[in-house]
Amino acid sequence: MTGAGKRIVGITIATAIVCVVIGLYIGLYLVNVPGSVAATQTATGAQLYLATVPSAALNDSHPTWVSYYAVNASSQDWQHKTTYVLPANTLVHVTIFNYDSASGLRNPWFGQATGTVGGVITLNGKQAPAINNVDASHVFSIPQIGLSVPLLGVSATAKNPCSNAPCSLSNDHTVTSFTFRTPGKGLYRWQCFVPCAAGFIAGFGGPMQTVGYMDGFIKVV
Amino acid sequence: MDETNHFRRVVLLWLLATVIMTPIVIFVFGPGLPPGNGTVEASGQVTDNTVLLATATPVALGVLVYLGYVLWAFRERTPEVVLDGPPIRGNSSVQFWWLIVTTTLVLFLAGYGTIRMLADGSGGGQGPNPLAVPATPAGGKLVVQVVAQQWQFNYRFPGYGGVETNQVELPANTLVQFNVTSLDVIHSFWAYQLGVKADANPGVNNVAYVTTKGPLTFQVRCAELCGVWHGYMFGTGYVVSRARFAAWIAQQRVKFAPATKQLPPYSKTYFPQALRRAG
Amino acid sequence: MSAIAVPATARPTGWRKLIGFNMLTGILLGIGGWFLGYWIGGRFTGVNIAYYSKTAGQNDISIMLGYLLGVVGFLVGLGFANYPLKRMLGHPPSLAEQESEGEGLYKYFTLSTDHKVVAKQYMVGIGLFFFVAGLNAMLIRTELLQPNVHVFGANQYLTLVGMHGSMMMGTMTSGLLGPFATFLVPLMIGSRRMAFSRVSAFTFWLLMAGEVILLTTIFFGGFQTGWTGYQPLGAQGTAGYDAYIGFFALVGLSMTLFGFNLVVTITTMRSPGMTWTRLPIFVWGALTTAWLMVLAAPMLIAALLMAASDRTVQTAFYIPGQGGSAYLFQNLFWVFGHPEVYILALPGMGIVLELIPVFSRKPLWGYRLAVAGMLGIAFLSFFVWQHHLFVSGINADLRPFYMLSTELISLPTGFIFLCAMGTLWRGRIRLTVPMLFCLGWIFNFLWGGISGVFNSDVPSDVTTHGSFFVMAHFHYTIMGGLIFAFFAAIYYWVPKMYGWKLNERLAKIHFWTLFIAFNSTFAPLFALGFMGMPRRVVTYNPAWQGLNIWVSVSAYFIGLSMLVFLFNVVWSLAIKREPAPANPWHAKSIEWELPTPLPVHDFDRIPVFDHDPYPYGEPAPTRAPVIAPAGGTA
Repeated sequence: MTGAGKRIVGITIATAIVCVVIGLYIGLYLVNVPGSVAATQTATGAQLYLATVPSAALNDSHPTWVSYYAVNASSQDWQHKTTYVLPANTLVHVTIFNYDSASGLRNPWFGQATGTVGGVITLNGKQAPAINNVDASHVFSIPQIGLSVPLLGVSATAKNPCSNAPCSLSNDHTVTSFTFRTPGKGLYRWQCFVPCAAGFIAGFGGPMQTVGYMDGFIKVV
Repeated sequence: MDETNHFRRVVLLWLLATVIMTPIVIFVFGPGLPPGNGTVEASGQVTDNTVLLATATPVALGVLVYLGYVLWAFRERTPEVVLDGPPIRGNSSVQFWWLIVTTTLVLFLAGYGTIRMLADGSGGGQGPNPLAVPATPAGGKLVVQVVAQQWQFNYRFPGYGGVETNQVELPANTLVQFNVTSLDVIHSFWAYQLGVKADANPGVNNVAYVTTKGPLTFQVRCAELCGVWHGYMFGTGYVVSRARFAAWIAQQRVKFAPATKQLPPYSKTYFPQALRRAG
Repeated sequence: MSAIAVPATARPTGWRKLIGFNMLTGILLGIGGWFLGYWIGGRFTGVNIAYYSKTAGQNDISIMLGYLLGVVGFLVGLGFANYPLKRMLGHPPSLAEQESEGEGLYKYFTLSTDHKVVAKQYMVGIGLFFFVAGLNAMLIRTELLQPNVHVFGANQYLTLVGMHGSMMMGTMTSGLLGPFATFLVPLMIGSRRMAFSRVSAFTFWLLMAGEVILLTTIFFGGFQTGWTGYQPLGAQGTAGYDAYIGFFALVGLSMTLFGFNLVVTITTMRSPGMTWTRLPIFVWGALTTAWLMVLAAPMLIAALLMAASDRTVQTAFYIPGQGGSAYLFQNLFWVFGHPEVYILALPGMGIVLELIPVFSRKPLWGYRLAVAGMLGIAFLSFFVWQHHLFVSGINADLRPFYMLSTELISLPTGFIFLCAMGTLWRGRIRLTVPMLFCLGWIFNFLWGGISGVFNSDVPSDVTTHGSFFVMAHFHYTIMGGLIFAFFAAIYYWVPKMYGWKLNERLAKIHFWTLFIAFNSTFAPLFALGFMGMPRRVVTYNPAWQGLNIWVSVSAYFIGLSMLVFLFNVVWSLAIKREPAPANPWHAKSIEWELPTPLPVHDFDRIPVFDHDPYPYGEPAPTRAPVIAPAGGTA
């Protein structure tokens, strides 16, 4: 092969390698999605444990962002996953531990629970249809099925607040439980409605708009 | 072949194609044109689209028939030899008539569209001071505020205690005034079968009208990119009889009483508070 | 002052060649500038700013300053500061120090004042980013194959959509004029260079810097606004939006300067005998586009400057509730945005009208009408922008006016069609590959234009605004129009620019695959829009899945046709290298009277024109070539 020919082949191979490497990097970036967690089966349906924290874990890519976590109740194992796999047409019980303080709702309408069984939530042991909208810290909502549950914030004068995930039960927190019925098979999405993304304009940027923090999917199978 | 022969052929071919295609377009495609005949304004849009399509058909056919003909008649049959064609640099008569015909077409379409738009607003958002308000039918008028937020549409009924719901039902044979606004970024309230689209601009009251007819199921979708769940910002609404609507809205008032207590007073625009706390 | 070639100075060989003011130095200094700017941004510790950047986990001031100093470093490394500094130190003016012959590929990675080199730099740069943006489109269509299974993350998908739109719009505004006007306008008017040769190089490297900035958005979370960048959604977002601002600010600056350069060149540097009525129609297309660039692009820079200020120093130009208005951004953006789409369309019209006479062997029919059409489009394009805002709550009194002005703009567009069609009449039509692309342009732009009339009609627009119908409309005009003209120009002028032939059979495969796949991809989108599918969605009504699959598969065929083109380019221009004759198309415009390859100084003597470039069919003796044969005394 001539010198020029060798050079062209060499350049072509080098370019191809560079393109493949870049392609892999970008490809991995594109398909990088949080993992999924399945609700545990119970006698009466299914049970899901979630938690909301004021800042993600220190080794997270965004350690200053608020986030939802899924909790394995027995081992208190915190998983930074926002896709929840639920059985179809089943009563699902959800318990959410909230470690974050209140930001207040932009639209006070979300202070009322909708779409739950009985139209109520159980908050720190007591049943109520709504909370005071200025005390809302987060909301767990699946708009496609009309579910929306407000989460009461930890008091501003709390003695032992949690800073970064994972939090422990000894940190100040509120517990909200509710039950709802899943629809048929499909992919649905959930989100928060409290502007809790501190540092972003209107509190709705960053974690509020990023799957894996304050947004995720419900996979009904 | 002399000049007239080609020209006459093209005109005849075009006339034939037009005479065949235009009725097909009007009577076969016309009724299927969006957004259907569910409301008065939607029907108006269907008529408008039919007129546009019927006007576009001869124009498109003109260009296509002409192109097809010249590519057949004037193609160089012996490409190895490079010969020039006749040095025709223009024809003022053709240019003149083209100008007249196209100007007439354009002015007609602009005029017709304007008349159609001013008749009943065509279901589009007209801003806070709408120009075209449709006539009120037998059922009366209903004001519904569409509150768009990231990423759900809520509906507020000022005439029913300011109750806010996440579902919408509308009474039949009623003039519905949508006051569309947003709490955060620009969304767009698009109720397809109603024939309504109005952008939800924060701090702006965008008014759109629709005159409902009979019972109808309509899809609501957000039509302006508003963030990650823009594609998931949709829902279903219903047009029901006036009696059913009265029962429904009463039931909603009961259901959402706790929320209504906490809502700010009804207003045409809202400026929610910025973040209260730090971190 | 004539710019005769200076003898090439002896250059070092091997790796030492890389030391000097070139792209590598530019990249190194650019990276250095990024770190310096980022560090300086971190010094701003006012209370509000520190709070926002700490809790959000991003510092927009650092990022924007980093981009700014990075671009400055890049340009300094390329050598753009050298001449201004020299002049400030008292050196005399000089024009030709970077023009040189026989340097091989090195000169393409430097600041070159030879317009032919800049044109080829544009060709490769534009081509590269056109393909990247096209790849993005393939990925978008992959996501849309299924409504309920997501291949990509929801955030990443929106970034893909925004990247595709932004990269295509930002790149292709210079897509036709960059390579072809830079190469041809001086030749066609009888000049040896553009009026401002350094500005010419500057606009190219600015564009490249901007593209790289756009690509860095993935390191900062991407941007969620699509190419239109609406506020306050953009102000809300993560730092990826800063990359969007940086990209379009640089594109805007590049466009303004490029347009300015073209306007001055065409107005002042025409050689004797090149009167306004003899100007090739391609040059008219370039001139009208250049005016649009000069007048519209600064609006974009202004709009984005305010957006950047909202994100960094907490102003509230676009934040309602704090005194600002979301409308302000929409209006500022579209005042730029509408002329922008005519910046995309006019060069394509110029190219198609330039090529059809060659391949019909007839003069351009209705030359003055065509010029009037281009001038009319350029003028009217400033008066139609509110048609993007018909249902956004603008004052309802405005809508009849904008409906009329938008409908009126179809009149001058019709003139262009009439002139193209008139040129074909009684011609001797030769179906070469450039001609096929021109005919494809006419077909595609017909549907693009007619669907535009639907969109300009408010009642019809109520349903189609923000839906896939609009997507189909602008893809038919921009891709079916501009891109087809782009390929027509490539196949037509590459033999002159590079001196080698492109393989004709591969070219025909490219054309037919692209034409069929393109129509198969975008025609169903009209139907999808009519059925109610909004734009920029990651999920849709499952009833529309069949059509979406059809569209995606057709889009893959578009990609395949581009691979055929790429293969043709690499094979013909790098490997096979079959020399092209000086005038393969037997065209009669001046660039074909010059030898292939062109000498550095273009013309031995400045030509004197006595006819326009369309003397087809006219008697030979009075139409001697403009350039006398070598050794003559023309």
